Amino acid sequence: MIPPVSPSADRQLDPQGAVQPVDPVRRRRRRWLSGSGLVGLCVVTFWLLIALLGPLIAPHGVGAIVADDAFASMSAQFPLGSDYLGRDVLSRILYGARYTVGLALAAALLASTAGTALGLFAAVSGRWIDEVASRLLDALTCIPSKIFALVMVAAFGSSVPLLLLTAALSYLPGAYRISRSLAVNLNQMEYVQVARARGEGRIHIACVEILPNMIHPMLADFGLRFVFVVLLLSGLSFLGLGVQPPAADLGSLVRENISGLADGAPAVIMPALAIATLTIGVNLVIDSLPGRTRRITDGALR
Amino acid sequence: MNDLVRVEGLRVVARTDSGDESAIVREVSFSIPKGEVLALIGESGSGKTTIALALMGYARNGCRIAAGSIHIGDTDLRSLGSRQLSDLRGSRVAYIAQSAAASFNPAKPLMDQVIEGALIHGLMTRAAAEEKAVDIFRSLALPDPEHIGGRYLHQVSGGQLQRLMAAMALITDPVLVILDEPTTALDVTTQIEVLRAFKKVVRERGMTAVYVSHDLAVVAQMADRIVVLNRGEVRETGSTMQILTAPADLYTQTLMAAATPVERQASGTNIEGRAPAPPLLAIDGLLAGYGRRNEHGVPVSLVLNDIGLTIQRGATLGVIGESGSGKSTLARVIAGLLAPASGTVLFDGTPLAPRLEQRTREQLRRIQIVFQNADTALNPAHTVARILGRPLEFYHGLRAVARGKRIAQLLDRVRLPANIAERRCAELSGGQKQRINLARALAAEPDLILCDEVTSALDTVVAAAILDLMAELRRELNLSYLFISHDISTVRAICDEVIVLYAGCKVESGKRHALSAAPLHPYTDLLIASVPEMRQGWLEQVGPSASLPPVGANAHGPRLCSFLQRCPVRIDGVCNVMPPSYVVTPTGKEILCHHSDERLRHLRDPLGVVGHPPAAENAK
Repeated sequence: MIPPVSPSADRQLDPQGAVQPVDPVRRRRRRWLSGSGLVGLCVVTFWLLIALLGPLIAPHGVGAIVADDAFASMSAQFPLGSDYLGRDVLSRILYGARYTVGLALAAALLASTAGTALGLFAAVSGRWIDEVASRLLDALTCIPSKIFALVMVAAFGSSVPLLLLTAALSYLPGAYRISRSLAVNLNQMEYVQVARARGEGRIHIACVEILPNMIHPMLADFGLRFVFVVLLLSGLSFLGLGVQPPAADLGSLVRENISGLADGAPAVIMPALAIATLTIGVNLVIDSLPGRTRRITDGALR
Repeated sequence: MNDLVRVEGLRVVARTDSGDESAIVREVSFSIPKGEVLALIGESGSGKTTIALALMGYARNGCRIAAGSIHIGDTDLRSLGSRQLSDLRGSRVAYIAQSAAASFNPAKPLMDQVIEGALIHGLMTRAAAEEKAVDIFRSLALPDPEHIGGRYLHQVSGGQLQRLMAAMALITDPVLVILDEPTTALDVTTQIEVLRAFKKVVRERGMTAVYVSHDLAVVAQMADRIVVLNRGEVRETGSTMQILTAPADLYTQTLMAAATPVERQASGTNIEGRAPAPPLLAIDGLLAGYGRRNEHGVPVSLVLNDIGLTIQRGATLGVIGESGSGKSTLARVIAGLLAPASGTVLFDGTPLAPRLEQRTREQLRRIQIVFQNADTALNPAHTVARILGRPLEFYHGLRAVARGKRIAQLLDRVRLPANIAERRCAELSGGQKQRINLARALAAEPDLILCDEVTSALDTVVAAAILDLMAELRRELNLSYLFISHDISTVRAICDEVIVLYAGCKVESGKRHALSAAPLHPYTDLLIASVPEMRQGWLEQVGPSASLPPVGANAHGPRLCSFLQRCPVRIDGVCNVMPPSYVVTPTGKEILCHHSDERLRHLRDPLGVVGHPPAAENAK
């Protein structure tokens, strides 16, 4: 039984109630990934495959000195030339991708996930937990990441798990800061208050109400952090504390061949290109992820 | 050819997300003779601000003026380059925006900003500009015109700021002034002062102006002619008199109908005739506020002071007050979002714990809160189905199919199509969002819904539909509402009982009809008299604000009347010495005042309105 409504309400129902079908243009936009995102996804998948299968398809061993001259240019035998010792660059990149993708990606992922989780937790918890967590992480921020890594390596010796942990720990406070400030702002939003008034627990509020609205900036931050970790790891390798020779991550490949830069040797350009494509790929995927609220112009739905 | 402004076939297009262009203003033509005020009226999205900006040759980011001609005097705006346009803006055409607070720089003194336009255009020297600014301040009735320019943004009130912004626009003697919703963000009591000041300068200077507003009653005071807009098109153009008394267009009629408050016979059963049952909600001696608490447990900034109220089952209690009066805090305390400092809140006979965590899920379910702004009250990351589904699952344990069915029922209840469920809120219109906002509260099957300014952000037509929906829901589900609003006509339209808050004190409470008849608290009286009426000449009939009777210094210690500083009928030696107590009138009202019932009955017309019919629209 529907009671009579006043004429103004009736008239209102038309523009209000009638829902136009979603036009094809918008539907296409709502697809999971846009064109550039698809490109990014392809690049990232490519690098993941290389990381997994690289050693299997590498023509030479990682430390094998196979070329007669250093910094040889591209040839059929050495598609990407040779490095400063005469090793095959292609093989070294195929081996090195494993460290960069595995180590740097894992460390960045760890740092961002832990930072986001802690920041969220601090924002929805009471003042005391927030204060304690914030001050502790502030203390961690004070330690320069390179020095911190040096101390860690000096104390425990260089190993892959240690490098991963060190890199993650160095970049965690930054992720925490950003996540906390986003979450504190979102925590004031009325939909969060409604959820609180409904009696929802902290975990629901943090994960269901707040997290989806801050995931996009956190992902963008993750892309940035990934690049920093690559730089940190290659810096450590340069000091001889990172990935131990003859193995090398992409960052150290650039470093160790830097003297070939003047000659335009592919040995320095190729690993750099590899890092660039990987980073751009990751960022393309992140930028095109759905969930960002697109601004819809006022008249669009009327 | 004595039209100052001529707009012909104006078309403004906006680029959409997908890259193509859609027209947001279509084939708009009008002209303004010199010295006239033209009003552009319409709902949000009707293109009124876009047209106003086009009069300065400006289009917002992503928009452009695609076709048509705009002439101001002999100048064709569309033929001017950007350099010439910026010479024109601020010197020959001036713009007064809605939010003055956002338009001033808080780091510079106001005077520097008021005369900035004149200096940039090199029209006069600094000293001459300042002298002229003081003149304008005086004619805008700003207090202390000689020195107000030396103050900063935070040192003046919202109404004063809006007038300062007008001064900024007038400093260069523009030929055309555009006022874009200049009083929309103000309280009614402030609005009337600003309107009066605007009207005065318009008359004194013989200004040509464009007044953009959604409020017909305000426009009726200001404009000579009205252009009614809807979805970027002109629906009707006519003199103010004709539009108000004999609107020709169907849309204008709808707009007029929505602006006139309709009393919604809210409950099927007559509340007043019912046997006295225990109230659903009873609040007594409520003290609440923010900040640190002192040794008595009272917060430093006290927002609610000794509030008492009751809501019967199925009844609607209206809470009126201007911004800062503590209305929203009251809703937050009842919902448990803010723990009160003292006082009791009884819900259905049992005391409610001050904090959310100590309340049972059942208690939480029975009280739901609906916020003003559906944009921020609905999670943009969730679909409608998820927003509505969560309370169903949380309170009623509904899952999968049962939940889907209930969501469809709820959408039907708030008159939305079921296929909206998979959409996100960003894809819905303002009215649709507010319906979802209501539906979420209904999903809990509550007894009491706290409505915090639910219609304030909506256009009149949409707001009227939401009020109808609320009245219908209440009839069918026997809901109770606590309806918070600053708009007295909305409250009168939907509430059974009303309380009036001023600075955190309950200054008056009574049945809704009692609100429109004497005796009234002096503040209520001022509030009611300040609501613009939809007829021409109302503003002229409203006399100058009565000068306040002088009082001595306030006595220390007791909590004096909160309205003392603005009260036109205050008594020296009484009001500033003793705290007032409630006067109970024969009609069952409580008024917090020193004056007796008999005295208050004769204290009418705080604004000196001649022939102001106090209860005309509520005579039924």
